[in-house]
Amino acid sequence: MSPLSRREFVAVGVAAGAGLVIGFYLPHGGRGKEIFSPNSYVRITPDNKITIVVARSEMGQGVRTALPMILAEELEADWQQIEIEQAGASTLYGDQTTGGSASVRTTWDPMRKAGAVAREMLISAAALTWGVPRSACVAQSGSIVHGASKRRLSYGELVGKAATLPIPTDVPLKQSKDYRIVGQRLPRLDTPSKVKGDAVFGIDFRMPGMKYAVLSRCPTIGGKVVSFDDKESRKLGGVSYVGKIGNAAVAVIADTVWGAMEGRRMLNVNWDEGPNRDLNTAAVMESLKQAAAKKGASLYSVGDVSKAAGRRISAEYHLPFMAHAPMEPGNCTANYQGSSCELWAPTQVPQDCRDSVAQAVGLDPDQVRVNVTLMGGGFGRRLEHDYAVEAALVSKALHDSNGGSKSGAPVKVIWTREDDMRFSTYRPASLHQLSAVLDGAGWPVAFTHRIIAPSISGQKGQPGPNGIDPDLADEAAFVYGLPNVSLEYVPAETAVPLGWMRSVYALQVGFASESFIDELAAAAGKDPLEYRLHMLSKDKDKDKNKNNEDQEIPFFATTWHTARMRGCLQLAADKAGWSNPLPAGRYRGIACFACFSSYMAEVVEISMEEEVPRVHRVVAVVDCGQVVNPGILEQQIPGGIVYALSNALRAKITIEKGQVVQGNFDDYAPLRMNEAPTVEVYAVPSAEAPTGIGEPSVPPLAPALCNAIYAAAKKRIRALPILS
Amino acid sequence: MADFTLRVNGGEKKVNVPAETPLLWVLRDTLELTGTKFGCGAGLCGACTVHVEGAAVRSCSTPVSQVGGKDITTIEGLGANGLHALQQAWIAEEVPQCGYCQTGQIMTAAALLARTPNPSDEQITQAMNGNLCRCGTYERIRKAIHRAVSAGAVAAGGAR
Repeated sequence: MSPLSRREFVAVGVAAGAGLVIGFYLPHGGRGKEIFSPNSYVRITPDNKITIVVARSEMGQGVRTALPMILAEELEADWQQIEIEQAGASTLYGDQTTGGSASVRTTWDPMRKAGAVAREMLISAAALTWGVPRSACVAQSGSIVHGASKRRLSYGELVGKAATLPIPTDVPLKQSKDYRIVGQRLPRLDTPSKVKGDAVFGIDFRMPGMKYAVLSRCPTIGGKVVSFDDKESRKLGGVSYVGKIGNAAVAVIADTVWGAMEGRRMLNVNWDEGPNRDLNTAAVMESLKQAAAKKGASLYSVGDVSKAAGRRISAEYHLPFMAHAPMEPGNCTANYQGSSCELWAPTQVPQDCRDSVAQAVGLDPDQVRVNVTLMGGGFGRRLEHDYAVEAALVSKALHDSNGGSKSGAPVKVIWTREDDMRFSTYRPASLHQLSAVLDGAGWPVAFTHRIIAPSISGQKGQPGPNGIDPDLADEAAFVYGLPNVSLEYVPAETAVPLGWMRSVYALQVGFASESFIDELAAAAGKDPLEYRLHMLSKDKDKDKNKNNEDQEIPFFATTWHTARMRGCLQLAADKAGWSNPLPAGRYRGIACFACFSSYMAEVVEISMEEEVPRVHRVVAVVDCGQVVNPGILEQQIPGGIVYALSNALRAKITIEKGQVVQGNFDDYAPLRMNEAPTVEVYAVPSAEAPTGIGEPSVPPLAPALCNAIYAAAKKRIRALPILS
Repeated sequence: MADFTLRVNGGEKKVNVPAETPLLWVLRDTLELTGTKFGCGAGLCGACTVHVEGAAVRSCSTPVSQVGGKDITTIEGLGANGLHALQQAWIAEEVPQCGYCQTGQIMTAAALLARTPNPSDEQITQAMNGNLCRCGTYERIRKAIHRAVSAGAVAAGGAR
């Protein structure tokens, strides 16, 4: 081990690339006797407490448990010693964005390394203390043990010595067979507080002197405030401020939430509806059709689909706008104090909040402090930072109206459910043109998928090379190894605000692709499972599904493996009893999809009640590499399936006269208990590095369900939602 | 503005608020009991569920003027001595994900068990169907309710 100075170590970390940055920095005073903190992820104190810093946001996916488990494993900590600390926006941890099912997969290496560095230094500290070789000492459950003399020192006892040692750069990492914490079904650390009611979500944060605000926003997309009349609002006791925020909203600030809501109700705003006053959903769908006439950008191409000979089959699929609708409506607390601004934000993007707030209120980013609260769901809605900018602007307006009070102007902005539904950023509506060529035996020899959809990143000013939305790299792979494949993306324009919603484009791409493959299997008169297994087999001339050879499919930065997808399908089929007959009135559908570096297969079992499918059972199999915590996996996978079933059955945002029609859980109705299926979750055993679990269960659900409906009623569903 | 005396979690609280203020905001803003959540403001999601005289009530749609003098229980007061059997079952079954809806779910379930100590699956669905969960924890909620029923039967020497 060759120790580097801290400065050099930081340089190495930065040079290693965003995914590998470890914040090697001492945030709490460094190498004092009271604390051992070889990097910014872990601190050990003489009372034998280990604090692990979580630099991703907790929105229900379990990062406040899973990430500390990874570090604790390498540290050889006793799990009972662990306390966690939520990082706010920081420069120490690389990109803190919580999204893309990426928290575990992108922190796996840094968290392991951070734990291993601390462990190796504690071993050195004990060896020096006892005057024995390092090799005679082992780390064990929060202590270093010298086997020969049976001496033992706790980590707490070694803090002073360890803090004086050089920080090693090249540390050994454990092998998966030796894991004691990773892979265990440890209870989540945040469960008790969420059950008692004392967990602090963004909406629960409070501070002395805090006011509440609600905003009246222009209901028409792209409209503006012309003028407002706040006479009636101000007659209400407790309304302390009414003023324009930006050019499209008016804020009402009051002593209570209810006061602010009432103040808004009494407010009269004269709007300039702007250029979208005639926009409606039909026009959006028509614009997708027109965009389809254009040549798109190639996402993936092998062989030549135009030269394949055989029976050609084509179909079009389309999907609507959808809203995330997390249970906790948008909110954020801000306290602008002239030369600083502090936020308490339920956010997936603390760093974006910091930077955008700084720009909005005219401060430097380092004058903005962002504290990350718990979130009542995110699903991508909190990848935006509109609520944080609003809160900062409202706080600044209040501050300025008070003559610049030094104690600041703390305000919590709260969105109502209707605000959340109507001023969201929506999953893009999309059109899909698919065609395939089947050979004489009915197997596909060519597959074409044209994805026509507005670009989320493009709308936000970052379109990506060739106009290809960068998200498609994680969400549009076609992992079947056919000889001729063409995947194409045609960006369309829309004024409707777009956002990243759980599984993003993978939902649309997976629905179209996996439903169409079911169409092909039906056209060929073949079993849909057998059809997929054949498409995933390398040597298709053998015409056997037993072929277990792997085929690599490179797609942007990921190399997919057909064998891993085949493994998921086979396990799902086994567990679902695919080859066994179903009771009368029951039907099955199957689908698979790969996204966020994970593989997923699902079998959906339904009955039909008139025209309405009732989902009884879903068998879900994931290959996500090493499972960090099976309990969390068994929450995330069914969670994605219930979310996807909600989307498939009823989720649809429509636009009329430039305004979002839906407003609350009556006209945008998520799944309730009476419709919730039994979900069985299985993970393919693997020691590969962990990959995503938050989103991959979403895309296969709708096609598996629609394929089951086809099995039941010979009715092909080519548009979502099903019940529209 | 009007004065109300509320009996919340066994104690008397005096509040001075507009009479039409939903109980939800009195609990959250005035009494700082933030375990009761705001989800929809329209009685559609159940996140704001509390007990009024033992019955599950959507506090977002209940004006404070209707509950003066009545016994109100929130999640903070549900377990008179430590955690309620349902809260323990919720922990044992690892029900929460984001956790935002769970206090409302527990309050609805507690009102159900008070009325129907050993509910069938159909009765559970019927009672719980007004409570939305976007994380999709419904299966574990059902299991936790059954677990709490079993634990209760053991504690009472099988009396139920």
